[in-house]
Amino acid sequence: MNRSILKLIKNNNYLKYNSKSAFNYASTQRRSFATIGQATKSKADEKKPIYLDMQSTTPIDPRVLDSMLSLYTESYGNPHSKTHDYGWTSNDLVEDARDQVAKLIGADSKEIIFTSGATESGNTAIKGVARFYKEKKNHIITTVTEHKCILDSCRHLEMEGFKVTYMPVKENGLIDLELLEKTITPETSLVSIMAVNNEIGVIQPLKEIGKLCKSKGVFFHTDAAQAVGKIPINVNEMNIDLLSISGHKIYGPKGVGALFVRRRPRVRIEPILTGGGQERGIRSGTVPSTLAVGLGAACRISREEMERDSKWIKHLYDRLLKGITENVPEVKINGDPEKRYYGNLNISFSFVEGESLLMAIKDIACSSGSACTSASLEPSYVLRSLGVEEDMAHSSIRFGIGRFTTEEEIDYTIELLKTQVERLRELSPLYEMWQEGIDLKTIEWDQGH
Amino acid sequence: MSQKEIVLHLYRSFLRASNKFSSYNFREYALRRVATGFRENKNKNESETKDLIKESMKDLEMVKRQSLINSMYSKNKLVVE
Repeated sequence: MNRSILKLIKNNNYLKYNSKSAFNYASTQRRSFATIGQATKSKADEKKPIYLDMQSTTPIDPRVLDSMLSLYTESYGNPHSKTHDYGWTSNDLVEDARDQVAKLIGADSKEIIFTSGATESGNTAIKGVARFYKEKKNHIITTVTEHKCILDSCRHLEMEGFKVTYMPVKENGLIDLELLEKTITPETSLVSIMAVNNEIGVIQPLKEIGKLCKSKGVFFHTDAAQAVGKIPINVNEMNIDLLSISGHKIYGPKGVGALFVRRRPRVRIEPILTGGGQERGIRSGTVPSTLAVGLGAACRISREEMERDSKWIKHLYDRLLKGITENVPEVKINGDPEKRYYGNLNISFSFVEGESLLMAIKDIACSSGSACTSASLEPSYVLRSLGVEEDMAHSSIRFGIGRFTTEEEIDYTIELLKTQVERLRELSPLYEMWQEGIDLKTIEWDQGH
Repeated sequence: MSQKEIVLHLYRSFLRASNKFSSYNFREYALRRVATGFRENKNKNESETKDLIKESMKDLEMVKRQSLINSMYSKNKLVVE
């Protein structure tokens, strides 16, 4: 603010009060002093929306940041340098982190490979296993509800000449185990089914799938990016051979992930990134020690907090669901209501368009469909594969609850949804027709000639 | 100081440090987690409490560091504040 102008005002008594608050009073009054105040509301005054989009990413836990910072300031050595103390310290820290990741899923630390994220882990697992065993086995099974990284890898393999079966899912989002058994052939090398779906939150029956795959001699890969640290996972009990982990979904840093590759019985992989032979030759390149240590800390904290977190998240989920169903009629949960991770609530609001509802509740940061597919105008392929009708698929919102969500945020969400959904429904002609008792499916939209 | 007094002093220090987080979510979580943590370990015997006190001293240092860093890079408040 201009001090000379302030002096001018004080000296000439342009204002009644001789204080700073008077100056502000002048600025809000928008007097002729063009330099005082700002015409539009400054960015500094705007309040941020509350964050309910935990499936797209999570904030970094302060404890994780604490463990990472010393590597940015002091222990900056390359973990692969074997000749000096900087390298040895860095290596020890990275190996500790690897151990923590392994403990979270019940694996051995020699079976963990650090990657740049779950997308890279999925690519390495699927393309690597398929290409290695392609002489004898060239069939891969996956589901239609997988993450784009898995589906796209499979599409690329199809172009290389592999056969891929995209299994359908039941209406509740879970796969049919009998159908899976029939789909497995002697040429199948890999089955890839995600543990917890990122859009609807359903938990697949991992133990049963693992048992089935083991009995048929097929490798089982699971994209557990949304599942690790949130539901208990044990790769030995569940007979999992490959598992993808994502750092930024478990309150860790972005840009790091891990891939679990079973050693007994050995799973062979043709590497995608070749070079210096780091990470058992499967993923060459300097391990980002700062990010790896962050991932390790995030896994350790998740292991300690899993029970507390799941109790808290279930409590908030119940509160949110009760609040929505009591205050907003005609809503439908997408995905199985029981076999789900409670941090993910995907709801369709009838007679309301999804994007306009998202704009109306701008004070809540959530998403409709998944972040990776939100650039396109099409409704989410996951919802379509559940058999959800097009209009309901368009009007779905996904709320993500996490460790740091509070009861006030949930209550605020319920209040805002109540008023905005009501307002949008008042504007909807479809809602009017439905209220009058007209069956919307009998409407002739096309005035044929 | 008796062990009970030490624990109470530690609890108050934790609450004071947790309130210094400028980010709403971290502040609320820290307060909640400290309360839960102390409540869970209410009925431990003396030697176990001694180990817990040692560990929580380190955690207290971490909370102080992180709340300071959080306030250095803080931005606007949330709509619920």
